[in-house]
Amino acid sequence: MTAVAATLRQSWIITLRDLKHWQREPWTPVFSVLFSVMLVLMFGYLLGGAITIPGGGDYLPYLLPGIFALSMMFGIEATMTAVANDTKKGVTDRFRALPISGAAVPLGRAGADLLNSAVELTVLLVGGVLIGWRATGGVGGTLLAVALLLWFRFAMLVIGVFLGLTIRGEGGVTAVQVLVWPAGFLSNAFVAPESMPAWLGLVAEWSPLSATAAACRQLFGNPTGASGGFVADNAVLLAVLWPAVLVAVFTPLTARAYRRLAR
Amino acid sequence: MPAPPLTARGLHKRYGETTALDGFDLEVEAGAVHALLGPNGAGKSTAVGVFATLTRCDAGEVRVAGHDVRRDAVAVRAAIGLVGQGTALDEVLHGRENLVMFGRLHGMARQAARERADELLEAFGLADAADRKVSTYSGGMRRRLDIAAGLIRRPALLFLDEPTTGLDPRARNEVWQAVREIVAAGTTVLLTTQYLDEADQLADRVTVIDHGRVVAEGSPGGLKRRMGGDRVLVTAPLGVDVEALASSLGGVAEPGLRQVVVEAGPEGGAAAVTAVVRALDTEGVVVDDILLRRPTLDEVFLSLTGTGPTTEAGVPVPGASRPAELHPATEGGRS
Repeated sequence: MTAVAATLRQSWIITLRDLKHWQREPWTPVFSVLFSVMLVLMFGYLLGGAITIPGGGDYLPYLLPGIFALSMMFGIEATMTAVANDTKKGVTDRFRALPISGAAVPLGRAGADLLNSAVELTVLLVGGVLIGWRATGGVGGTLLAVALLLWFRFAMLVIGVFLGLTIRGEGGVTAVQVLVWPAGFLSNAFVAPESMPAWLGLVAEWSPLSATAAACRQLFGNPTGASGGFVADNAVLLAVLWPAVLVAVFTPLTARAYRRLAR
Repeated sequence: MPAPPLTARGLHKRYGETTALDGFDLEVEAGAVHALLGPNGAGKSTAVGVFATLTRCDAGEVRVAGHDVRRDAVAVRAAIGLVGQGTALDEVLHGRENLVMFGRLHGMARQAARERADELLEAFGLADAADRKVSTYSGGMRRRLDIAAGLIRRPALLFLDEPTTGLDPRARNEVWQAVREIVAAGTTVLLTTQYLDEADQLADRVTVIDHGRVVAEGSPGGLKRRMGGDRVLVTAPLGVDVEALASSLGGVAEPGLRQVVVEAGPEGGAAAVTAVVRALDTEGVVVDDILLRRPTLDEVFLSLTGTGPTTEAGVPVPGASRPAELHPATEGGRS
């Protein structure tokens, strides 16, 4: 067996282990979906009536791609918690003492988390259709949007592994769980950045979350809430590049954090 | 001749200001239980981390089954089983699933991993619990499963890092029994412990470590012999002159305890007891109690490290610093 095949085999064994967790304790992924559903109900039906989209269009079709992207971003918590638990309980050390590739453990984790997110995304897409959301951008555009969402999730996954390896103690986990909120709101997920003060709107417009959400709105054929500008004109490109930048920055940091376990 | 399971020379490891290993040497012989005995923070776990390729040392050389831990880490990992502190198991998976997963990660085929898992579950008395989540296991069961996971690929050397810390006496006995069976099956074991009776019970050879250095090494018996010979303790009833009794038995009086302590000669404790009984018979003295007292590893430990044995929480055992004769806990320490 070649080294690559061996690594993939080992990764798959670890992916199956992680998937079994969700099978045995389904409440974590189920709550994660319910949480996104709750956000749709809260913002779509409770607050949405008061929100207008610049350039016109209904709020619900504007909101849903934002929620899709947001649910991918919140995946960072699931990844981080799982990695931190394994590290704390010594499972990571046990893996490290096995004659397996160092890449197998994070790759296995990535496989499981991406599968989990794909299922979650499917549920959200179907749920969206049930409440009247439509993707009118054609099959190609829809598939590309889904691919961009999972690509964004992959970047969050790499950051999640990094945080899980470096954060020690419950305080760090709580801090991340709190901080994802301002990061989520400081974007175009819920409201158009044009409605914010100019400088804040600029930050929100340029967030990686906004790039993916804006690209999805365009590809799904939903209202974009943007009246032009570089970001709006290059949303798909940015949705490809932003996660690529995050992956490029955090992959070496993660590898370094993994090596530092040997200190 | 095959390479020894483990040789370590001149290991140094610092964590900031703290020196964890300070010129540590160790040689483990095949087919034996080698205990690394030391108080909390002595460097035991750091040493095991270095041996198991988990921790890089600053200086020194370690060879496990002939492989250098730095240059050939994967070969070392293939030759060892590691049972770390705390149970490093997947709590959500069943017992069998944990073993099969670790076996598969060791490169075993699915069927072979299943067969080996069943074999180990049977051997460790976990067959009935095989299809239950590990989170439902008792402390002793978890630890046994943990050890089984370390044995999945029949390692040349098994590391057990404080295998009974935090276990109740019954679970501890279960683990001890498991360790004895592992050794009987031919696996070499390196065990770290802060419990002296554990080293005494299990080990063929003991290395006492403190402040990252070897402070003594030898067989449990040999270490005890260093502390002098056996003693016979004779407790006299009220009304008997303890001083007079001491002089007739050739011992030292402890009037407060109404006790006479007789040091055994080179012929050993049993001969000393016989001599004491004969002398008592000749004198016509009836005594309350005669006790043969062998030096315990606790005393060895105390004299070598200057620290008393510790409880699980790391606080000194009450009375541990008192003279051993006054300390009944060391007497009943073996269970």
